[in-house]
Amino acid sequence: MKPGRLNVEPHLARPDDFYQGLLELHRDLSDEQSRLANAKLILLLANHVGDHAVLDEALRIAREGLAEAVASAGGQPPPVEMDAIRAAMQGSSKEGS
Amino acid sequence: MDRRARPGDVARARERLGENQPMSPAYERPVYAYRRAADQDAVRAVRHPVVIVGAGPVGLTAAIDCAVHGLSNVLLDAEDTVCDGSKAICFAKRTLEIFDRLGCGERLVKKGVVWNRGRVFFGERQIYEFNLAPEAGNGRPAFINLQQYYLEQYLIERLGELDATKLRWRNTVTAVESRADGVGLTVETPDGPYRMLCDYLIAADGARSAIRHLLGLPCQGQVFQDRFLIADVVMQADFPTERWFWFNPPFHTGQSTLLHRQADNLWRIDFQLGCDADPDEEKRPERVIARIKAMLGEQTRVELKWVSVYTFQCRRLERFQHGRIFFVGDAAHQVSPFGARGANGGIQDVDNLIWKLALVLAGKAPTALLESYDAERIPAADENILNSSRSTDFITPKSEVSRAFRDATLMLAEHYPFARRLVNSGRLSVPAVLHASPLITPDADRFDSAPCPGAPCVDAPIQTAAGEDWLLRLLGNGFTGLYITAEHGKMPARVGRVIEQLAAGTIPVDVLVVGGRLTGDGPGRGIIDVAGLVQRRYGGRPGTFYLIRPDQHVCARWRRIELEAVRSALTRALARAAQRSERVA
Ligand SMILES: Cc1cc2nc3c(=O)[nH]c(=O)nc-3n(C[C@H](O)[C@H](O)[C@H](O)COP(=O)(O)OP(=O)(O)OC[C@H]3O[C@@H](n4cnc5c(N)ncnc54)[C@H](O)[C@@H]3O)c2cc1C
Repeated sequence: MKPGRLNVEPHLARPDDFYQGLLELHRDLSDEQSRLANAKLILLLANHVGDHAVLDEALRIAREGLAEAVASAGGQPPPVEMDAIRAAMQGSSKEGS
Repeated sequence: MDRRARPGDVARARERLGENQPMSPAYERPVYAYRRAADQDAVRAVRHPVVIVGAGPVGLTAAIDCAVHGLSNVLLDAEDTVCDGSKAICFAKRTLEIFDRLGCGERLVKKGVVWNRGRVFFGERQIYEFNLAPEAGNGRPAFINLQQYYLEQYLIERLGELDATKLRWRNTVTAVESRADGVGLTVETPDGPYRMLCDYLIAADGARSAIRHLLGLPCQGQVFQDRFLIADVVMQADFPTERWFWFNPPFHTGQSTLLHRQADNLWRIDFQLGCDADPDEEKRPERVIARIKAMLGEQTRVELKWVSVYTFQCRRLERFQHGRIFFVGDAAHQVSPFGARGANGGIQDVDNLIWKLALVLAGKAPTALLESYDAERIPAADENILNSSRSTDFITPKSEVSRAFRDATLMLAEHYPFARRLVNSGRLSVPAVLHASPLITPDADRFDSAPCPGAPCVDAPIQTAAGEDWLLRLLGNGFTGLYITAEHGKMPARVGRVIEQLAAGTIPVDVLVVGGRLTGDGPGRGIIDVAGLVQRRYGGRPGTFYLIRPDQHVCARWRRIELEAVRSALTRALARAAQRSERVA
């Protein structure tokens, strides 16, 4: 799952500062305003990136896994049983720490 | 904050589950007897150098630290036992190192459970794991989990081994009077009120500080609306000793859940409930147990030991020093529990304050030294508040767009490492570096490595004439120096004379001479750098010298030791007038 030239390794010097800034951008905005602000942000950053191969890679990743996520956010019963997590729990218990 | 489940509720729930045989005995809170003190019979109010109000983790640490510095003190607490039920559980490496300095780290670590690894889940899936383990060659782990009541009990027992503290239970402070020459107190007891005076008062009376209210001091910041449920359960499960955090788990849709192990096979489960939850309804044991079974499986045998619902705030006093009154711990600042920065932060307040008080009361430093408490601990509190507020914002998104960013980050984190750095399930407590402190002398020489001036010292395995040990166990309480020699452990005669002069100053500096082997002769205490880690971690070419404060923070460091430079750093660390330095002997 190694993407072409898009850098998916940590690259932000202060990730928490950035994330806080991102939330602050939206403070007191209506949903419609937030959508527009996000769209503008994406366009600004895309232009800054410039490299079409990189942008295509990012566009592809952005579409991954959406169907699944929307199903569980909608409150539907999860498609997989909790047993999966319990199995993970049991498996990891052997590792110790 | 805590609305308690009544014991009867738990018993009823147990019956429903057909679990009448408890899997483990409940912790019995010790009761400490109220005793009438001589002060109560005195005609005039008795004066003490230091009075500490509140025997929570922070006030107890303050009393022990005073005792270790030979400072006679009185510790008052309104109750007669340790904290009720479940509160803090995660204690950080730095806290353990402070307790080592105070002579009680070992017992805490023995009883606590050590953990280093955390896992983060989103929905059905684990999205990543992290490991906080410090690199090898550290005396203490990144964290232990231990119930706060054990911590308090052990600290009370440690105090009993020291003579300097008078611990008075069921002594409630009801009035304070702050004066230029001291502080007056009125204390309510089962025998009625009495009055007391002190040179300095330490207010460690918790989040709802009576002293803060009595002085009319506002505590400002953010109050969060989300409610959280904590349940302590005993269970026979073979889960690893790790921190597990779920965002939007299938067993608790739309919310978050945290699972953590404590001593005695007790597990802490923390369920986010949202803003609209009804605390009384949520605390019903049937309901709590149903939640836990949904999470862990119908077959898992669980025994409920404690349930409470809490909300929290991130806020602080504008200043922590008010004349001769110092606020420490939750009385001074409060944070959300994500990040375990409450007690851990408060214990660092005390670590910072007590050596200063001891020097000022001994007449060895001016009262200006006490002002540095605010300069050093307010930025530390702000850092804790910032980090715990950010975690809270991530865990409990306040708007649709925050939630979208949160979920997008979590989705990406499973496959794309950059996003893991943005996931925030709690930024766990790290020690404060006193960057902007007026007491710290910045580097003039070139250093490429930690610990920088203002940072707490780092640990390393060493050996002394007495055997194997850890570097941090030899540092602190007084000023210490760390002088790094070449492999052979020898030093130039000039350096020997400087070390002797530092040892003989009015504020003596006890110098550790680190080398490849013990020479046995020469000044200073020889220690062997058994793994070469002191040299590596202190960026130490031979000749490097660190001056270290009584709280183990680096005061200054040089590539070449010069008496005058060390003395002026010491003068600065004591907040004595900048120009004055001691006469060269
Ligand atoms: C659910 C939860 C989880 C937490 N987890 C963690 C964690 O993992 N790690 C961490 O570091 N922190 C954690 N905390 C925070 C931690 O519990 C607090 O920061 C800590 O208890 C503060 O200690 P303190 O000594 O300042 O105050 P307190 O523990 O509140 O003690 C104050 C003391 O003062 C006494 N007192 C009050 N008024 C008076 C008066 N007028 N006269 C005399 N005595 C008085 C009280 O009886 C009490 O004993 C958690 C908190 C909660 C609620």
